[in-house]
Amino acid sequence: MALRGDWVYENNGGTCVAIAGADYTVVAADTRLSAGYNICTRDFSKICTLCGLLPLADNCVLASSGFQGDMKALQNNLSARHHIYYIFVQIYQHQHNKKMSCRAMAQHLSNILYYKRFFPYYTFNILGGLDNEGKGCVYTYDAVGSYERVGYSCQGTGGTLIMPVLDNQLKSPSPLLLAARDAGTPLSESEAVDLVKDVFASATERDIYTGDKLETIIVNAAGIRQEFIDLRKD
Amino acid sequence: MFRNQYDTDVTTWSPAGRLFQMEYAMEAVKQGSAAIGLRSATHIVLATVNKATSELSSHQKKIFKVDDHIGVAIAGLTADGRVLSRYLRNECINHSFVYESPLPISRLVIQLADKAQVCTQRSWKRPYGVGLLVAGLDETGAHLYYNCPSGSYFEYHSIAIGSRSQAAKTYLERRFEGFEKYSREELIKDGLFAIKETLQGEKLTSAICTVAIVGVGEPFHVIDPQTIERVIESLDIGDEDAPPPAAAASAADEPSASQEPGAAPMDI
Repeated sequence: MALRGDWVYENNGGTCVAIAGADYTVVAADTRLSAGYNICTRDFSKICTLCGLLPLADNCVLASSGFQGDMKALQNNLSARHHIYYIFVQIYQHQHNKKMSCRAMAQHLSNILYYKRFFPYYTFNILGGLDNEGKGCVYTYDAVGSYERVGYSCQGTGGTLIMPVLDNQLKSPSPLLLAARDAGTPLSESEAVDLVKDVFASATERDIYTGDKLETIIVNAAGIRQEFIDLRKD
Repeated sequence: MFRNQYDTDVTTWSPAGRLFQMEYAMEAVKQGSAAIGLRSATHIVLATVNKATSELSSHQKKIFKVDDHIGVAIAGLTADGRVLSRYLRNECINHSFVYESPLPISRLVIQLADKAQVCTQRSWKRPYGVGLLVAGLDETGAHLYYNCPSGSYFEYHSIAIGSRSQAAKTYLERRFEGFEKYSREELIKDGLFAIKETLQGEKLTSAICTVAIVGVGEPFHVIDPQTIERVIESLDIGDEDAPPPAAAASAADEPSASQEPGAAPMDI
């Protein structure tokens, strides 16, 4: 990309949010796909699980916003590499159905993104899931793979509108008291889902690229659950 | 009489038109411990006899999952089998990546056979010393193939390879016509019976065999030993020659054996 004369990307818009709780994680994204001032579709999923509603790794889920072509390519790449890991582990370690842990998937995604450091995936990703102890975890990325475990995150065109609200509601008073990566919200699952709905409703008011429907995925010990809520369509 | 003159390398024909090195490779398959496969209209069962070099060591792994809808059982040089399984797995993943659909098993076995054929026509290579029973499900139904070191492959209703497999083959030849309509439990039972034939006197326990299954609504997986032990116990209650018709243990088999309900690629 550094050598090309032309701009090969496009921002298809959209917003993703994730919040980690004590024993759950909520990952949400709107379903609008745009190109410039046009809407391509109102029904596009930015959240990747594997094979329908089975989680991508042991129990984690990827939400991306940005350029849709790169989003899809990244999801396919991740799925294939996860498959390699999954079956490799079966062949060499005699383990039954061992999927990648969330932490391993997080590092793996970072590697995949940095691999294309000089022609990046134009995607802004959030990985949400449960860590080894069953606590919610959220990993947030930039386009080239710099990542960090946090208690909550948002990416995409509506990100700047949503982040201050999440900070207001969820941020711990001082990083000296509680480091960002250990911060899971004390909110209950339903309170977190309500918060997510509220922030999306607010972002939809002012961001033209966000709207139509909100897809929410809740990952907890029981598995994963998917919900759809309508947003403003204008 | 001329065997020793023409068997130095695989690229030498004998006057009778045979490649002896290739036939020696097929012998290696016959030396390995038994592997059997049998299929119905909707399921395929693979079963192998576990051989351990000593009481202290673990047994060789002879059944490999290749993808959710395909698995293989091997007999012969297990290292060759492991390497070929890795190749099969890679082919399936590449196909899924490019076409977002599972690789049809008929294509996979051809690719595997072509790979084996290469080794029969290069002077610096040797044939793979392993026979593979490839069991898989695709849009056209359940299939079971046998790939041999020579590079040929055949489709089977049921098959046994490896040492003392003739006894199992005889058993399967007697019964295979009924397999098409079998339930998965009956298929597992007949698989265990066939394994029992190859043991010739040794007691059949879940420690001495490994059984795997793939079918409609059921991704490929190895069945856990506790379930197998229960099935074996139910076999011993019945007649030696004729396994019990109804699956009384089927209710017990279902929950533990099926580990990923709803994950079947065939349901799409």
